[in-house]
Amino acid sequence: MDHFLAILSAVPVTLLVTFAAFALGAVIALPLAGGRRSRFAVVRLLTKGVIDILRGVPPVVFVFILFFGVGSDLIRWEPLPAAIVGLGLISAGHLAEIYRGGLMAVHQGQFEASAALGLTSTTTFSRVIGPQAFRVAIPGMVTWLISLLKDSSIVSTIGVAEIMFVTSQGARSSGEGLLPFIIAGAVYIALGTPLAALSRWLEKKLSFGRRA
Amino acid sequence: MELLTDWVEWLPRLLSGLWVSVQVTVLALVIGIPIGFVLAFMSSARNAIVRWLTIIVVEVGRGMPALVMLQMVYFGLPEAGVVLDSFAATVIALGLTTSAYTSEIIRAGLRAVPEGELEAADALGLKRGDIVRFILIPQGFRIALPTLMGFAILILQVSSLAFTLGLPELLSQAYSIGASTFEYLEVLTLAGILYLVITVPGGWLVENFEKRLSKHLA
Repeated sequence: MDHFLAILSAVPVTLLVTFAAFALGAVIALPLAGGRRSRFAVVRLLTKGVIDILRGVPPVVFVFILFFGVGSDLIRWEPLPAAIVGLGLISAGHLAEIYRGGLMAVHQGQFEASAALGLTSTTTFSRVIGPQAFRVAIPGMVTWLISLLKDSSIVSTIGVAEIMFVTSQGARSSGEGLLPFIIAGAVYIALGTPLAALSRWLEKKLSFGRRA
Repeated sequence: MELLTDWVEWLPRLLSGLWVSVQVTVLALVIGIPIGFVLAFMSSARNAIVRWLTIIVVEVGRGMPALVMLQMVYFGLPEAGVVLDSFAATVIALGLTTSAYTSEIIRAGLRAVPEGELEAADALGLKRGDIVRFILIPQGFRIALPTLMGFAILILQVSSLAFTLGLPELLSQAYSIGASTFEYLEVLTLAGILYLVITVPGGWLVENFEKRLSKHLA
């Protein structure tokens, strides 16, 4: 029971890290997704490189580079912001690819029609292309949010007091090796299941009109 | 210049770490994928109890962060009388995670085999076992292969979490070099690059493979 209450009290930190990193990633992913469609080959290549790096380095290594590497050399920062920035940047890499998939699903004719109507490129993207692309991208975004919830457990290694951090501490101090981790696993599943249900529901809801 | 000589000096230790990472990854896949295959079949079993139990096992395996799985196997199993060293614990924990994820990937592959293929085989009088063996599995596996390869790359990344068990894989080698030289940024960056050397070309390979497999659809 003690374990359970301690772990429960750490849930807000896990949620904070998860949602803050997701929000940060969702914004940074926009220019990355745009860069992948740039007119200039150099920009396309560079953004592809950045996205590959963000997705290719293990999250825990990336967070370590930010916290221990950049943190000891350049700027000192607390574990929490380092965790959010680290997971946020990784999210940006993944979400950029999800956005790109959404953009690719919008029919070419929509771009041509917008151009023919003389819409500015801002209007084209915010009123015509964006909404259609997002509809395709949303289920993928929720799936990423679920992965991120689980990945957020790695920031315990730099000392953010989220679920996994409290769990390991409890396991060490009580000498119990199994129970705390079972509780932690159950809490993660309890947090992730509604999101998974949301993802399935959205997929069904948003897929009308795209049935082949 | 100094950076380069440092890197050259650290490289042997990091490469030996990478070798451990690759070993646990490959072993986890070798153990996990066959179990995933069995789970994929059990999750579409006709018996409702078997089906639901399997679905629960898979959902628990997928819903639990890999870090929790690792710690549970390493610190928890000794309570049940099973003491494992960090290498075995990592292989088992990652193998379990792999089996849960790959069962879903394989199930999706099997379901993507067109119904007509199975009906045609049935009409030709093939036995059920033969239909599964010669029609369903070869095609389903082919469909699942690119996703499985992508997952293999992911597991290499996840293996970095084994440093929490003290396994001398790439990240823990890099971290301990950092702790003794205080050049965390340099050595951790080099470790990141070593992961990228595998994950990025691996990703390209998967992309190409996907394109090749779907060429006949274009």
